Amino acid sequence: MTAAIEISGITKRYGNVTALDGVSFRIEPGELFGLIGPDGAGKSSLYRILATLALPDSGSAKVCGLDVAADYRVLRTRIGYMPEKFSFYQDLTVTENLHFFASLFGVSVRENFPLIAPIFGQLEKFPDRKAGALSGGMKQKLALSCALIHRPEILLLDEPTTGVDAVSRSEFWEMLSQLTRSGITILVSTSYMDEATRCGRIAMINEGHILAVDSPAALAGSLGENLYNAVAPDMFGLLTQLRMMPDVIDCYTFGATLHLVAAPGFSPGETVAALTHSGLRDVRIYPAQGDIEDLFIKQIRDGK
Amino acid sequence: MKLKILMALLRKEVILMRRNPIIPKIIFVMPLMVMLVIPLVANLDVKNVEVTVVDNDRTPLSRRIIADMEASDFLRVRDICSTHDRAMITVEKGDADVVLTIPDDFMKEVASHTSRIDVEANGVNATKGMLGSQYVAQSVMHTVSRWMEENGVRMSGEDISVINRYNPTLDFRNYMIPALMVVLLIIICGFLPALNLVGEKETGTIEAMNVTPVSRLIFVLSKLIPFWIIGIIVVTVGITVGWAVYGLVPQGNILTIYLATILFSFVMSGFGVAIANRSSTMLQSIFVMFAFIMIFQLMSGLFTPIGSMPRWAQYLTYAIPPRYFIEIMRSVYLKGTLLGELFPQFLALLGFAAAFFSVAALTYRKQS
Repeated sequence: MTAAIEISGITKRYGNVTALDGVSFRIEPGELFGLIGPDGAGKSSLYRILATLALPDSGSAKVCGLDVAADYRVLRTRIGYMPEKFSFYQDLTVTENLHFFASLFGVSVRENFPLIAPIFGQLEKFPDRKAGALSGGMKQKLALSCALIHRPEILLLDEPTTGVDAVSRSEFWEMLSQLTRSGITILVSTSYMDEATRCGRIAMINEGHILAVDSPAALAGSLGENLYNAVAPDMFGLLTQLRMMPDVIDCYTFGATLHLVAAPGFSPGETVAALTHSGLRDVRIYPAQGDIEDLFIKQIRDGK
Repeated sequence: MKLKILMALLRKEVILMRRNPIIPKIIFVMPLMVMLVIPLVANLDVKNVEVTVVDNDRTPLSRRIIADMEASDFLRVRDICSTHDRAMITVEKGDADVVLTIPDDFMKEVASHTSRIDVEANGVNATKGMLGSQYVAQSVMHTVSRWMEENGVRMSGEDISVINRYNPTLDFRNYMIPALMVVLLIIICGFLPALNLVGEKETGTIEAMNVTPVSRLIFVLSKLIPFWIIGIIVVTVGITVGWAVYGLVPQGNILTIYLATILFSFVMSGFGVAIANRSSTMLQSIFVMFAFIMIFQLMSGLFTPIGSMPRWAQYLTYAIPPRYFIEIMRSVYLKGTLLGELFPQFLALLGFAAAFFSVAALTYRKQS
């Protein structure tokens, strides 16, 4: 079976900056694939290449079995791309935007409406509102509808959930799962690590390198670290003290707690006693379940 | 299919322009303001020449010379001084443009045909100095000859009669009004498409356009065609104001003007898009556009005739598209020239339109 997206050895430079350095991975048809990495990791550069808007300096990529450099004309009719910035016209109304993008691809809104109906649902209430006057979550739904209106085989979403509230984000991921069920392959990027678990498989990217590619569960399981949560009323004091301890490999804030990576032979009880002795009160240390973010930090630490 | 895409793009452009808070005002109000105000203020006619008189003669003739100057529409007697030095002070202070010195015994000398009179002009403003001294000299001559006639002496002067063709009253406005429409088109059809396209770059909508199968030819065309209509609106406002306020109507066929307008707006908007293709911010495109527009306005014969430029500059003007449009506008407006007689100018505009459209389409890149 041909891959939906096949990237082999792509390098892209902007002046002295190497945005992508030998990136390779493949995405199977029907996958919800996540590209996870911090800002500046090279995600948008990769998207621009896959969307036929930029050419790689070396390496090649095939989308729907078509080369992004040679077959870009045909390819443009078969992909839906939603750039990081909202790409619809702010001064056109919701309906005008939708019809406009449909006519550019030579399709009618009616024939493909069933596909976008679940997404467009709430927008139907204000068809004549200008797109610029919509809320963040609504804008995102409109942008997705516009990218989907020509029924693409592959959807490229570049940080679609940035700047959107938590409820809308959760709804959005639900829609993406639904879309994959109707046979569309989705490549979605995010800098929110917690969203990684929503994807079938993910690729972790940092500074233009792919660190790992696998399912979120397998990746979290591959962490293989002795991980603990640490909490105390004085979190900053706790962090600095822990970082100085010899059997603590690494310590970093993780949500409301600290995660500490322990060396073999680490004893939580002894550490709490030692911390209490040096003046910290109410310290608790207990085992933690590692996830993608921990893996990311580990990968970056190991890389150095 | 292609036509349907073009129609969709055009519909979008028109809706966006209509909803833009400034563009409709620029298209309607700017031509109106320019046409109402500029012909009144940008005027090369020399009026109100201030004259200081040093009257050493003090005879009925010299008093009549002064009175006649005061009665003139163009001259104003600023002061009558007793000495030439005093008179020069008024020039130095900038109060007077011309000093007229009537010598002692002027009246007697006139009778014996040996008279001379001094006219000195401030040459800082060359046009005003030259025309001002001429006006004064003419006024004096006129008074003197009438005086002599009344006293029974026949002047032996020839009767020269001057008729100004095409602009009988030598009204500078008639020269400026067609040119102002050209200025408006240069600015509106040059800046707006450039800003429009760079705006799409800045807001990011261009990305979404670039991943569509729309060809760049169609896309660029959709940016240019709206300016045919805008150009026609601007010129219509201009012609209407020219007729209603200044009573100037084109002598030739108005359709010739509209045809030239469509061609010229295509030239300017193609130029604007080409600049926008190379700019990544509005500021960049504005500066580059501004530099070209300055050259266009100063070298196209808008304000100063091409014929009085140095030879090399005259050749350069062939590369400046507004030159042809101005020639068409002025000759149709003032001379009533026919379309067929303006064939070379139309051909040049057509050439520029094709060239700039090609450049605009070719420099537009969907990929980087």
